Amino acid sequence: MISVTLNGEPLELDLDPDTPLLWVLRDHLGLTGTKYGCGEGQCGACIVQLDGEPVNACQTPLSAAANHSVKTIEGLSPDGRHPLQLAWIVEEVAQCGYCQSGQLMTADALLAKYPRPTDAQIDAAMSEVLCRCGSYNRIRRAIHRTANPESQNG
Amino acid sequence: MASPLAELRLSRRALLRIGAATGGGLALGILFQARAEPESDTQDSSQHNGILSPNAWIRIHTDGRILLVIARSEMGQGIATGLAMLMAEELEVGLDQIQVEQAPVGSAYTNHLLGEQATGESTSIRDAWQIMREAGAVARQLLIAAAATIWSVPDSRCSARRGRVHLAEDPRNLSYAELAETASRLPLPPAPKLKPSDAWTLIGTPQPRIDSPDKVLGAASFGLDIKLPEMLYASIARCEVIGGRITGWRSEAALEIPGVLDVFAVRYGIAVIAKTSWAALRGRDKLELSLRPSANPAADSNRIRDRLQGALKGRAAVARKDGDVSTALNGSHAQIEAVYEVPFQAHACMEPMNCTADVTTERCDIYVPTQAQGRTQATAERITGLPKDRIAVHTTFLGGGFERRREQDFVVDAVELSQLLKRPVQVVWTRADDLQHDFFRPMSLHRLRGGIDAEGRLTAWFHRVAGPSVLARIAPDEIRDGIDPCMMAGAADLPYRVPHQRIEYRRADTQVPIGLWPGGGYDHNSFAAECFIDELAHLADRDPLQLRRNHLADRPRHLALLNEAAREADWDKPPASGRGRGLALAEAFGSLIVAIAEVSVENADIHVHRILCAVDCGQAINPQSVRAQIESGVAFGLTAALKGKITLTKGRVDQRCLSDYTPLKAHEMPEVSVHLVASDAEPGGVGGLAIPVMAPAVANALFALTKQRIRTLPIRLS
Ligand code: FES
Ligand code: FES
Repeated sequence: MISVTLNGEPLELDLDPDTPLLWVLRDHLGLTGTKYGCGEGQCGACIVQLDGEPVNACQTPLSAAANHSVKTIEGLSPDGRHPLQLAWIVEEVAQCGYCQSGQLMTADALLAKYPRPTDAQIDAAMSEVLCRCGSYNRIRRAIHRTANPESQNG
Repeated sequence: MASPLAELRLSRRALLRIGAATGGGLALGILFQARAEPESDTQDSSQHNGILSPNAWIRIHTDGRILLVIARSEMGQGIATGLAMLMAEELEVGLDQIQVEQAPVGSAYTNHLLGEQATGESTSIRDAWQIMREAGAVARQLLIAAAATIWSVPDSRCSARRGRVHLAEDPRNLSYAELAETASRLPLPPAPKLKPSDAWTLIGTPQPRIDSPDKVLGAASFGLDIKLPEMLYASIARCEVIGGRITGWRSEAALEIPGVLDVFAVRYGIAVIAKTSWAALRGRDKLELSLRPSANPAADSNRIRDRLQGALKGRAAVARKDGDVSTALNGSHAQIEAVYEVPFQAHACMEPMNCTADVTTERCDIYVPTQAQGRTQATAERITGLPKDRIAVHTTFLGGGFERRREQDFVVDAVELSQLLKRPVQVVWTRADDLQHDFFRPMSLHRLRGGIDAEGRLTAWFHRVAGPSVLARIAPDEIRDGIDPCMMAGAADLPYRVPHQRIEYRRADTQVPIGLWPGGGYDHNSFAAECFIDELAHLADRDPLQLRRNHLADRPRHLALLNEAAREADWDKPPASGRGRGLALAEAFGSLIVAIAEVSVENADIHVHRILCAVDCGQAINPQSVRAQIESGVAFGLTAALKGKITLTKGRVDQRCLSDYTPLKAHEMPEVSVHLVASDAEPGGVGGLAIPVMAPAVANALFALTKQRIRTLPIRLS
């Protein structure tokens, strides 16, 4: 049995400890918000937070999450009203949307570390998550919007 | 399938069809036919209980729900929002009052520009512009007629607004829910009455995407998110050698993986069947395959380049001939020749190819991120032998499409396996599968010659395209007189006026699978033509913008757009020091774009700082989504210009993962500004519009900065 705190809920999992977290979430727990884009740690579509740090879930065996806390897109907010989610909607970030769970989880971890990130900090953090639809400038704007709620005027 | 991108010859045919429809006759035909068609079982079965369903797109329920059926695939371009806006405009409802649903397969949902129920080639809005508005108008007219009947007043005293019909100079009003039943029993109006453009409240205004809320929750359901009871997962190992086949395999190690149930051969390779995706992928990794031949020297980038080089000489089919190019070149004041090279390109959708099928002896349900519902149904019909009315295609969100999802290979995988296993099956492609077994954008070579007179005007333009035929596989009947229109788009319809022109195509097929790519022929041809016109401007010692203007003198839309771009980019002033600026123009999909790139170079690294796009796409339905699509096209086009390249070595694709084929990353994305010019012309397509101008704009900017001519993609400085 492996104990994990998933989106704030304690969970006991009777699974092969080598199973990547990505497939624990998708195959076994039905949490499909976390996406499979490559399975090789190269696209970031599968990014979740492990104790607040963004990690590629496809490269994180379940054993590495044992006794740790995992947050997925489903746990970002109870109602879709996390400031980043709201900013994402205002800036119309999502195009096809496939990469966006990874983008949001990465952005959330970034803001936890740097509440007012510079463009360089955004570049450094967000370059791990590929977006074939090129939503990057919108992501940048949405992060700034979230970080500086007082200075937003569209 | 109608021709991809052959705007000149073929789409005109389709436009004529649609043009006829706007007269009323055919459009109503479509609307009537749609009404008469049997409903798919995905729709509410209670629909005859007073639901107003005047055509295949609109259902107004008595409980207040207003359902709009979306017959195009949502792959990021915002089409669900765009189509809903067209219908809602005429139906007089707000986007906050409607729900949308993906259409089943049905003849009413044919895309008339493609000749099938499909999404692609930047056609959706052009196809829908008239029909979707008429669908909304008919419903509104019925609801008004219903209210007029109830109140015993003439229709002219009633008007519709935000889902209610109001009586003039009277407080009485009724909701669409209340009117639906009465309206459903009225005859269809003789002709749809469209609102005049000055009465529009949605069209032309920025509207939020209706799919955003689900997408930020991670709740939007893509192909891989489908989970059916009893479903099995499959991964299929395909033969890596182009032209080869799998002659043997060892599956012992795969079968030892917990969760792996079976391994056997299917049409496209060796399938590993498992209880979970992860087990299927792991099992498939453990397969040992024997391939024969184990190498194929003919499918090799170097050999293919040699072959295409050969095709730059000798006979060719003539796509366009104006005047006499040879004589004009001989008589020109100065002339130059150049050869351009464009490599194979992958689609690399972020969601790898996949499909889920549930085939029983009775019916077949396919859950798939597809751009081609009609062909998906036909594929399943062929495999299962079931009649069409028992084959349902459920379109999920698409994690990128880029024309790759017009193909059927992943559908074959899933339908075949589900039929065999008598269980629902989800086929999952790996990233390597996706990159290695793509239908690539073809490699092509281009030989151009141009001449100028003493006044610096272009007198002669010669362009030969050498490359494999895209349509030979997907629509051979569109090839006429040796011309593949898909390969020639952007060359045969050069927007500039040059008195002597000769445009040729020399088909040189290779064994490498190729297919449609967003931007189509415009991608490779605009790179060659827009760079070459810069070369000629340099030869003539003219500003590249001015030279283009000189040859567009009688084309006011083009001129206005060039001027707009020049103004916004301060073209008359030199760029900041250390920066170079380059320009490119394209006319495609019924739209026009001018891009200006600003670049710098640091230790041979290219930085694209800024991309300015001036866009004339006719009437923009949702300007916000036009901008987003241009931005997406910038990223997609820059990937191809600066990074992406598929190469082959002895029959194998060299790129296996996203570090071999890496889309543009966040820190590489330039600042993008999009300037939409106001226009009330018919809407044009924008999905693929920005892609063709990226490579030439950046290459021309690099020339301005470094005096190095870039004639090969992806761009490398020497
Ligand atoms: S799926 Fe994990 S990085 Fe791509
Ligand atoms: S929104 Fe499509 S990949 Fe990012």
